[in-house]
Amino acid sequence: MAILLLADHDNAHLSDQTAKALTAAGKIGSDVHVLVAGAGAKAAAEQAAKLSGVTKVLVAEDQTLANNLAEPLAALIVSLAGSYEAIVSAATSVGKNVLPRVAALLDVAQVSEIIEVVSADTFKRPIYAGNAIQTVQSTDARKVITVRTASFAAAGEGGSASIESVSAAANPGLSTHVKDALSSSDRPELTSAKIIISGGRALGSSEKFQEVILPVADKLGAAVGASRAAVDAGYAPNDWQVGQTGKVVAPQLYIACGISGAIQHLAGMKDSKVIVAINKDEEAPIFQVADYGLVADIFEALPEFEKAVGAR
Amino acid sequence: MKLLVPIKRVVDYNVKIRVKADGSGVELANVKMSMNPFDEISVEEALRLKEAGKASEVVVVSIGPAKAEETLRTALAMGADRAVLVETDDAVEPLAVAKILKGVAEAEQPSLIIVGKQAIDDDSNQTGQMLSALLGWAQATFASKVEIGEGSAQVTREVDGGLQTIDVKLPAVVTTDLRLNEPRYASLPNIMKAKKKPLDKKTPSDFGVDMSPRLKVLKTEEPSGRKAGVKVKSVAELVDKLKNEAGVL
Ligand SMILES: Cc1cc2nc3c(=O)[nH]c(=O)nc-3n(C[C@H](O)[C@H](O)[C@H](O)COP(=O)(O)OP(=O)(O)OC[C@H]3O[C@@H](n4cnc5c(N)ncnc54)[C@H](O)[C@@H]3O)c2cc1C
Ligand SMILES: Nc1ncnc2c1ncn2[C@@H]1O[C@H](COP(=O)(O)O)[C@@H](O)[C@H]1O
Repeated sequence: MAILLLADHDNAHLSDQTAKALTAAGKIGSDVHVLVAGAGAKAAAEQAAKLSGVTKVLVAEDQTLANNLAEPLAALIVSLAGSYEAIVSAATSVGKNVLPRVAALLDVAQVSEIIEVVSADTFKRPIYAGNAIQTVQSTDARKVITVRTASFAAAGEGGSASIESVSAAANPGLSTHVKDALSSSDRPELTSAKIIISGGRALGSSEKFQEVILPVADKLGAAVGASRAAVDAGYAPNDWQVGQTGKVVAPQLYIACGISGAIQHLAGMKDSKVIVAINKDEEAPIFQVADYGLVADIFEALPEFEKAVGAR
Repeated sequence: MKLLVPIKRVVDYNVKIRVKADGSGVELANVKMSMNPFDEISVEEALRLKEAGKASEVVVVSIGPAKAEETLRTALAMGADRAVLVETDDAVEPLAVAKILKGVAEAEQPSLIIVGKQAIDDDSNQTGQMLSALLGWAQATFASKVEIGEGSAQVTREVDGGLQTIDVKLPAVVTTDLRLNEPRYASLPNIMKAKKKPLDKKTPSDFGVDMSPRLKVLKTEEPSGRKAGVKVKSVAELVDKLKNEAGVL
């Protein structure tokens, strides 16, 4: 039987989280259908059809699906579920919101944030902030799975799947969308960036965060991350938080600036290829995972770093 | 309006987790246990709603071993009115927890159930959404702001790109994110008082819930570790290493 992969998109663009989750889905089964649910989502559907490994794209367009509200989206997925052996989504805020609802409606367990597909019913997933890795086997006939995308490479293009329309399910009408306050930025997204520079509590203020971290990010073409302490203190917006309860990232280069390295932060970045830590405390735990550690004051080191990397 | 707050007893977030050598799980003997941090936030939110006159009663519930009573008492000491302990020594999966919570909700008839976004032991992030589905209620996950209106609640949610605000019909399930509030500590007199607050004991069979796990845990292992690298002496050396050794700049 086929696999249904829920697309992550904003109607105009398919997020590369979908291409990464597709790689995981393809290891569970070879017949992967992508569901694009939205309003005016044709462009996203066309992008999904081009991904290599996708055999069919289902598009459900309806005003009730425009804002990823959990109840109508879950109802749609459940209405399609009968033909699928597994329902998969990237562990994005949309996937994490809706898939457990789907699982409960289907009376199956969800396997959250898999990092490896061992076989069609067996998966590895981190527990305790990534301090242990569990191998679990699902005994349910139908599987509901979210994928930690930092652990899978994005599927390439080259597909030409057919696009089919499906109708939205009846909207239970339990919730309504009021507004989105989404940050817009020309910088790469955290979960797809090759380089990330993150700032911690040491930055001290939102002004300093912008003054010290952002120029380096711009110079490197990097995405910007933050520790929870920096987000809680209002130095950085919530969607920049990296960690157990924020975003999990695995860039080529992660630069942690004035971040101590609490396990909850490490949970979100320790699979980065190269880790740099700049911290004035040489005992800071972040140095235990850093490939290159620099004991220094970030307010001196970062401007110097920006100059030294030169024009790129 | 009654509020129901499910709380889980978990390994304290400060404990360094050790995986058992035989791969059968993590070491839980003699490890400090606490209330799941997100559940402290849920309790705090419920208490604030009560203090603001929006709610009349805060009931906390935990599904777990007899020792979970301590965790419930902590919530009572923070200010919750009543507790329900659904006692079981079995490992519980989110789906089974959600089914028991559904039973508790049917008995208690709350207008709002405030669930943590995720338990920091299993990191599942499922229970609130599942509970909401089983009850056929609205859900508002990852809340950083909750405002109660007439028959509805307006909830601001932390999502990948920033914030989303939605309106949910009550009764509803909300799951709490880190920035919703800062939980209070229980004062000593309140800890004493909490010992006398009512705590009801139940079992999963009282709710007719089949607890058998759907996921078989085959193995628990250490993550592949990372070794500390080198300390560089200067920014210049750092840039040189990143360019010429690591090749990432
Ligand atoms: C349930 C739960 C979930 C959590 N989830 C997350 C999460 O997802 N992500 C996350 O990041 N945290 C998370 N945390 C919080 C985590 O435990 C830490 O509190 C947090 O990561 C600390 O942030 P920090 O390193 O910026 O601050 P601190 O720990 O205060 O570290 C600041 C560091 O800056 C250094 N410093 C200070 N001044 C300078 C200077 N001028 N130059 C250089 N270095 C300097 C200090 O030496 C110190 O090491 C969570 C906690 C809990 C309980
Ligand atoms: N055994 C339990 N008893 C009470 N509440 C629980 C239990 N397990 C999970 N929960 C609730 O569900 C939330 C999310 O847990 P999880 O879905 O396991 O990540 C927790 O923050 C609790 O509010």
